[in-house]
Amino acid sequence: MTQTGFLTDATLCIGCKACEVACKEWNGVPADGFEWSGLSYDNTRSLGASTWRHVKFLEQPLRAGPQEAATGGPFRWVFLSDVCKHCAHAGCLEACPTGAIVRTEVGAVYVQPDICNGCGYCVVTCPFGVVDKRPDDGRAFKCTFCYDRQKVGLKPACATACPTESIRFGPLAELRQEGARRVEELRTRGYADAQLYDPASTTVGGIHAGFVILGEPENYNLPPAPEVPTAYLASAWTSAFLSAAVVFVAVCAAFGLT
Amino acid sequence: MSAPPRPGATEERLYQIRHAASAGLAHPSTPQIQARDSYYGLAALKPPVWTWEVPLYFFCGGVAGVSAVLGFVGHLFRADPAMVRMLLWMALIGAAVCPMLLVADLGRPSRFLNMLRVFKLRSPMSMGAWILVAFSGFAFAALLAHELQRAGVDSALLVNLGWLTEGLAAVTGLLLASYTGVLIGATAIPVWVAHRRVLPPHFLISGLGGSAAILELAGFLVPVTQALGFLAAGVETLLEAWFLFRRRPVDAPLHRGRSGGMFLAAGLLQGPAALLLRLVPIGTPVGRTAAAACFLLGSVLSRYAWIWAGRASARDPTSQFADQRAGLTRP
Repeated sequence: MTQTGFLTDATLCIGCKACEVACKEWNGVPADGFEWSGLSYDNTRSLGASTWRHVKFLEQPLRAGPQEAATGGPFRWVFLSDVCKHCAHAGCLEACPTGAIVRTEVGAVYVQPDICNGCGYCVVTCPFGVVDKRPDDGRAFKCTFCYDRQKVGLKPACATACPTESIRFGPLAELRQEGARRVEELRTRGYADAQLYDPASTTVGGIHAGFVILGEPENYNLPPAPEVPTAYLASAWTSAFLSAAVVFVAVCAAFGLT
Repeated sequence: MSAPPRPGATEERLYQIRHAASAGLAHPSTPQIQARDSYYGLAALKPPVWTWEVPLYFFCGGVAGVSAVLGFVGHLFRADPAMVRMLLWMALIGAAVCPMLLVADLGRPSRFLNMLRVFKLRSPMSMGAWILVAFSGFAFAALLAHELQRAGVDSALLVNLGWLTEGLAAVTGLLLASYTGVLIGATAIPVWVAHRRVLPPHFLISGLGGSAAILELAGFLVPVTQALGFLAAGVETLLEAWFLFRRRPVDAPLHRGRSGGMFLAAGLLQGPAALLLRLVPIGTPVGRTAAAACFLLGSVLSRYAWIWAGRASARDPTSQFADQRAGLTRP
C-alpha cells in the first residue's frame, strides 16, 4: 500500500483545537485533566497517553512575515497542531520488547493494545516525548494514525475535522513535495523564517508527519536533531562486553593471587 | 468583610482587564517564547515511568549476576567451598527476586510472558528479558547440581553438568550485571545517553562490590573479598571523581536537586567512604564490615539516583536542544 503521511502547517492553523476534539471523539481517548496552564491558550501542554493531537500556542516578540501588529512592539501568535511523528526509524518501535509496536501497511507506527504489557521502555526511547503510559490502564498509548479509518479509506479524524486544511493527509511522497513547495511560497511572500520540519538527515531518517513552521523547531519543542536511540547501541554494548571481559579477568586475578 | 461593590466598579474592572489584554500582550507577566528557546520551558521528553522496583532490580540483578561469576571462578580456583555455595545461593535468590520486581513494575503484570514473544537484538529490554531467563535457568541448574553433589550423589555427568551450568551462569551473569547500563544508555534521555559508555562498567563494578560486600557481611572476611572490595571501591572512587569533575549542562541532574544529592551520597558511600574504611584501620573486621555496609547502601542508592537523574534530564529541554545543535548527541 501507499505510504501515507500528515503535513501540518503552522501558517494555516487558527488554534481552534478541532483536531484535538475530533481525535478524542473518534478514538475514545479519555479526559486528561482540566487545568489552566497560564501559557497562552494552551491548556493541553503536551502530547501524552491521552492526548494524541496537541495545539501549541506560541506568543513571540517577532514579526509574522509582512504582518504589522498593533501591540507597540513586534508580536506574533503562531499555532501548530503537534502529533506523533511516525518516524522512519522509530525509537519506540525498535525498543518495544513484546513486539506490540508495529509498522502498519501505510507506514505508521502502531501500538497494539492487546499485546502491550506496559513495560514503559517506549516512553524513554521516543526522541519526541510522544508515547506515554496511561496510569490507570497501565499500557502505553499514542496516535494510531487512525489505523481503523485508513483501513476503510477514510482520512484520519484530525485531518477531516481541520477547518483550514492546516492538517493535510495524503501520500507521503506528495506531501513532502507539497511541504517544500509551501515553504518556498511562504518565503516569497515575506515569511523569511518559514521552514519544513522533517529531520531526514539524522538517524531518525525522516518523519511521516512533517510540519511547516515559522522560526526554529525549538520554539515548538521539536528537537532540532533527534536521534533514534538504537544508534547508541553499538557504543553501549561494546562498553558492556569490554567491561565484562575486564571484570572477569580481574576476578580470576583476585582468586588466583589470594 | 469586604465592602459591597460600588456601582460601576465591575464595568471599571472589566475595562481594566480589556485594556491590559489588548495593550499588554507584551506585559511582563505574559510568558513569551524567544528565538531558539523551548516551548515555555515545558518538557520535550517523557520522564521514565518506572516504579521503585526497577532501580532495585538493577541492583539485585547486578549482585546476582556477579555472584554467579564469583561462584564459578571461586570454584575454579578451589576457594572455600562454603563461600562458593553461598555465592551460588545468592545468584539463585537474585534470579528469583529479579523477575518478581520486573513483573510488579509492568502496567499489565498478567502479560509478563509477552516479553518472550519476540527475540529482538535491537531492544535492550528484550535482550534483558532473555538474559534474565537464561541466567535464572543456569543459576538454578548450577545450584541443583552443587547441592546434589553435596548430598552425596556421585556421578561424572553431574560434575560436568555442574561445571557447564556454573560457567553459563557466570557468562549470563556478567551480561545481567552490565546490560542495565545499555538499557538506560540507549534511550532518548540526555543524561543517560551522555553516559552510555560509562554506565555498563559503572553498574557492573557496583554489582561486583555489592556481591563481595554481602559475603563480608556474612562473615567471609577472607583476603579475596578484601581484594575485590578494594577493587570495586577504588574504581567507584575514580568514577565519582570523574562525575564530579565533568560539569557539562547535560550533567546538571547529577549535581543539582534531589537526584544530585542522592547521586553524591551514593557516590561517596560506594567510593571514598568504602575505600577509606578498608584502609583505616587496615583490615580490621569492624572497618571491613563498615566498608561493606557503606558500599552496599551506596550501590542501591546509585541506581535510584540514576533513574531520578533521568527524570530531571527529561524535563530540561534547553540543554537537550543546545547539545543537539552543537552536535554532541550524534552517535
